[in-house]
Amino acid sequence: MVARGLTKRFGELTAVDAIDFDVHTGEVFGFLGPNGAGKTSTMRMIGAVSPLTGGTLQVLDRDPATDGAEIRARLGVVPQENTVDEELSVTDNLYIYGRYFGMPRAQVRRRIPELLEFAQLTDRADDKVTVLSGGMKRRLVIARALINTPSMVLLDEPTTGLDPQARHLVWDRLHELTRQGVTLLLTTHYMDEAEQLCDRLVVMSDATIVAEGSPRELIATYAGREVLEVRFPPGHRYAGWTGLDGIGSRREVLADRVIIYGDDAEQLTSAVTHSGVEVASMLVRRASLEDVFLRLTGRRLIE
Amino acid sequence: MLTGQLIAAVTTRGSGASRVIERDLLVTRNNLMVFVSGFVEPVFYLFAIDVGLGRLVGDVTGPDGGPVSYAAFAAPALLAASAMNGAVYESTFGIFFKMRWGKLYDAMLATPLTPTDVALGEIGWSQLRGLAYACAFMTVMVVMGLVASPWAVLAIPAAILMGFAFGAVGMAVATFMRSWVDLDMVNLALLPLFLFSATFYPLDVYPRSLQMLTQLSPLYHGVALIRSLTLGTIGPGLLLHVAFLAAMAVVGGIVASRRLHEQLLP
Ligand SMILES: Nc1ncnc2c1ncn2[C@@H]1O[C@H](COP(=O)(O)OP(=O)(O)OP(=O)(O)O)[C@@H](O)[C@H]1O
Ligand SMILES: [Mg+2]
Repeated sequence: MVARGLTKRFGELTAVDAIDFDVHTGEVFGFLGPNGAGKTSTMRMIGAVSPLTGGTLQVLDRDPATDGAEIRARLGVVPQENTVDEELSVTDNLYIYGRYFGMPRAQVRRRIPELLEFAQLTDRADDKVTVLSGGMKRRLVIARALINTPSMVLLDEPTTGLDPQARHLVWDRLHELTRQGVTLLLTTHYMDEAEQLCDRLVVMSDATIVAEGSPRELIATYAGREVLEVRFPPGHRYAGWTGLDGIGSRREVLADRVIIYGDDAEQLTSAVTHSGVEVASMLVRRASLEDVFLRLTGRRLIE
Repeated sequence: MLTGQLIAAVTTRGSGASRVIERDLLVTRNNLMVFVSGFVEPVFYLFAIDVGLGRLVGDVTGPDGGPVSYAAFAAPALLAASAMNGAVYESTFGIFFKMRWGKLYDAMLATPLTPTDVALGEIGWSQLRGLAYACAFMTVMVVMGLVASPWAVLAIPAAILMGFAFGAVGMAVATFMRSWVDLDMVNLALLPLFLFSATFYPLDVYPRSLQMLTQLSPLYHGVALIRSLTLGTIGPGLLLHVAFLAAMAVVGGIVASRRLHEQLLP
């Protein structure tokens, strides 16, 4: 998958602004970014259901503008919003979706039990989907995306709304897919999900890509090794700001705390202690993808 | 089961539109009562007119100036009105519901299906249903002795033409609708069409100016066409009605397909 200068505009609004990226076969590629960054718009263009405003795109070695149906035939899609067929049962949802792909009836029927198993919905097979919980519907949509044994799966916030067990189940199944050589593209707001799953990811902000790399590279580049989180007594929120100036390699001011980045947490801790700033608590932890995300996209929320 | 055979028959050709129809058949199999009620309603009207109103009214003036029984006069209008209602509800309420609320088409379009498949499939399904209703209603008319001419056979394709005309315009209208409130406007537009399109009394009871207005009503053209066919009063004037309905189908179809493409693939 190759995108060059990929652009999507809705009237005046630019949702995706000339982004470049490549996804290699068999890779798990992630899109991170705050609400409205343009992740879904990008996924929809890749899924050949949204015409490009500009740039070029190659998906599975084809051009979505001309070979949309051929591309979609080899894709599995989990859209951000569940699109289950509310008028049909769980089984019929899987069945008719397979039929949309032109799969022979017998072949679809054979595939249904394993997908029900995958979604852990075997005992709900004959229920109407209207009576399923939100998480069950989500699992059904994920299972449904696999009915055509796709070579690439697009997952737009796949585990939003799932309980922790179901999330781990989905991660498990996604790992299994990658072992079979399936390429995965996913967007997520969960940093642990991105760290768990993604070989490489891009961080999007305001319609552009602001960083790209493996989770480890991104953490090393943008967050450093260790992190000190400093909280203040009630009413003292920003009081320590100037006082903490110069400590660590960088500081991030959040609504309820200041995050200080550096390579040696012990040194940071003692510097804060000696600064004379009144502090309620300090917490040392390893730098994570969340720190990268906050650094690259977080400022806007505070201002 | 019959539906199962129908599914098999319709889908062996395997084109995209037929898979959309297969989905609608699957839904219908679960909601047979809704399907049956679409047929029963006009038949109930017909019974009510035949045994009740018809007795009171006696004969009325037919399209050729001769007398016809009131039931034979009103029955083709009921057929036309049910063709209109079926097509309009399916294309407005049905499409709006599936597009905005159910997100059904988003799911379909993530597969190899195209907007054209979806549009053709939905129209095809609506017409298959219309065909079943029209055949059933014609059978009832024949049994009740309300059909005066073999030309009546053409009333069935005429009802299908009406289905295309109203379905296409309805679908075009549906793409402009934003909320359920807009759907009430559809009801508001259908009622006067139903009542004042020379459905229940001959056109010549109106004053001249109102007659002209009635002739702008699309339902009027459907009613006049089907009525002439079942009563066997055939003339070149019928081609005018056909042309009016065909024009509706073409214009509605062009607008609908353009708008659907924009809306389904933003
Ligand atoms: N169909 C549309 N018509 C007009 N504007 C749109 C449409 N779809 C998306 N947008 C706009 O494009 C921008 C990017 O939206 P997009 O859905 O791609 O963001 P996102 O990164 O997926 O956000 P989220 O995390 O909230 O899902 C937003 O400003 C949104 O309002
Ligand atoms: Mg999104």
